[in-house]
Amino acid sequence: MAGRYRSDLKWSDVTPKAGWLNRRELMAGAGALAAGAIAGPAFASLGAKKTSYGSDLEPNSFEDITSYNNFYEFGTGKDDPARNAHRLTIDPWTVKVDGLVDKPGDYSFDDLVSGMTLEERIYRFRCVEAWSMVVPWVGFELADLLNKVGVQPGAKYVAFETLVRPDEMTGQRRNVLNWPYREGLRIDEAMHPLTIMATGLYDEPMPKQNGAPIRLVVPWKYGFKSIKSIVRISLTEDEPPTSWNLANPREYGFYSNVNPNVDHPRWSQASERQIGGGLFAKRIPTLMFNGYEKEVAGLYSGMDLEEFY
Amino acid sequence: MTIAQRINLGLSRVPIWLVYLIGALPPVWLFYLGITGGLGVDPVKAMEHRLGELALQVLVVVLAVTPLRNWTGVSLVRFRRALGLITFYYVVCHLLVWLVLDVQILSQIWADILKRPYITIGMLGFVLMTPLAITSNNLSIRKLGPKTWKRLHQLTYATAILGAVHFVMLAKGFQIEPLVYLGVILALLAARIKIPQRRAMA
Repeated sequence: MAGRYRSDLKWSDVTPKAGWLNRRELMAGAGALAAGAIAGPAFASLGAKKTSYGSDLEPNSFEDITSYNNFYEFGTGKDDPARNAHRLTIDPWTVKVDGLVDKPGDYSFDDLVSGMTLEERIYRFRCVEAWSMVVPWVGFELADLLNKVGVQPGAKYVAFETLVRPDEMTGQRRNVLNWPYREGLRIDEAMHPLTIMATGLYDEPMPKQNGAPIRLVVPWKYGFKSIKSIVRISLTEDEPPTSWNLANPREYGFYSNVNPNVDHPRWSQASERQIGGGLFAKRIPTLMFNGYEKEVAGLYSGMDLEEFY
Repeated sequence: MTIAQRINLGLSRVPIWLVYLIGALPPVWLFYLGITGGLGVDPVKAMEHRLGELALQVLVVVLAVTPLRNWTGVSLVRFRRALGLITFYYVVCHLLVWLVLDVQILSQIWADILKRPYITIGMLGFVLMTPLAITSNNLSIRKLGPKTWKRLHQLTYATAILGAVHFVMLAKGFQIEPLVYLGVILALLAARIKIPQRRAMA
């Protein structure tokens, strides 16, 4: 499955490393070393395969991506995760795989990613709050993982859960949401080649505020679908409950595909502010399926997207 | 001399222009931070939120003036007009950031005001505040008569509630901070109803 996307963009075209290397990144590198998950020099490069999906996109800086996060487990402020996520222990890390699979069990992070091909994927990231970034993720296709654990015929959905550990995830001491954070995809969405499990960005191990050590990335859906710091993956027959939908079903649907024509009840989704553009950045129009219409529209043919928002 | 009297004496030496000057600075400072990168990677939202919060904070002080005097004898009444006008100034800045830097698109702005309840409520608060700002001068008190003027300026209570509700409604998930503002504002309004009765009994 890996390596199917090709274009002329080279990793070196993105952003000079010196331009974004900073203290926080040093810490991330050091943290990864301490975790022992990645053997390598101080700046643990993941050595992800040089695909170049997203060659027309200009990624946000490492600073943008790691200082502006919605990760309510660490607080509701955008800068809370960058400040608080350092408390999170990511080694050891175990992911429970259960439900309608051939090989259920508790997989260590290393077991889970062994045999997977890490790729770079430069994706648009559109938050439901009408801001956006471009992120150079590193990860592998979820389909590869699902094939590895063996999906049984009756499985129609994939459910995900985030870690619950209020000692370290201080935002979980308040019931902003009903923890654990839960997300889910229909099986065809999960098997789509655009859907990845990301273990890093900018060719570095995933920063904790971005969902270390492993998170989902579904680029055509609002960002909250891309669940972080995953500890459980379940294959189910029924549509799984999802956190924001449980919190406010009128505002957040199960599908939550990026759609400029279907507004959030409290704000328009027709346009977005690009993070990193400064005080006077112009809004840009939001694209259908976040610009991935060609690839994913077929998944929803015949569905009324206003009903299944 | 009681402590309250001593504080009042000290306060009487603070010139009003100093309050205006200090009150004028935060939006200018925020704007400076915004263009120089001091507000993080999303300076528009940071400015918008900070200005809205500032307006609510000063409004809480404005509403606290009467209960504070009733309870402790400390009087900030001299500063109330300045604080009210500073609140309005912050609300105008908050609105301008939203219009010019955030939403940007004129048709979108109008659609948002009509379609989004939290924006409708915020706008209503601003509209109700405008006549209060315009009549915050001695000439208006004379023209309207103190009674009418006072009744008009009780609209402050409505704007405070609208401002806090606006904040509560825009929160995602269950968040404490906006509810604290609403609670404090409601408590300060309730204090106004109860205090004179207690005094009468004592």
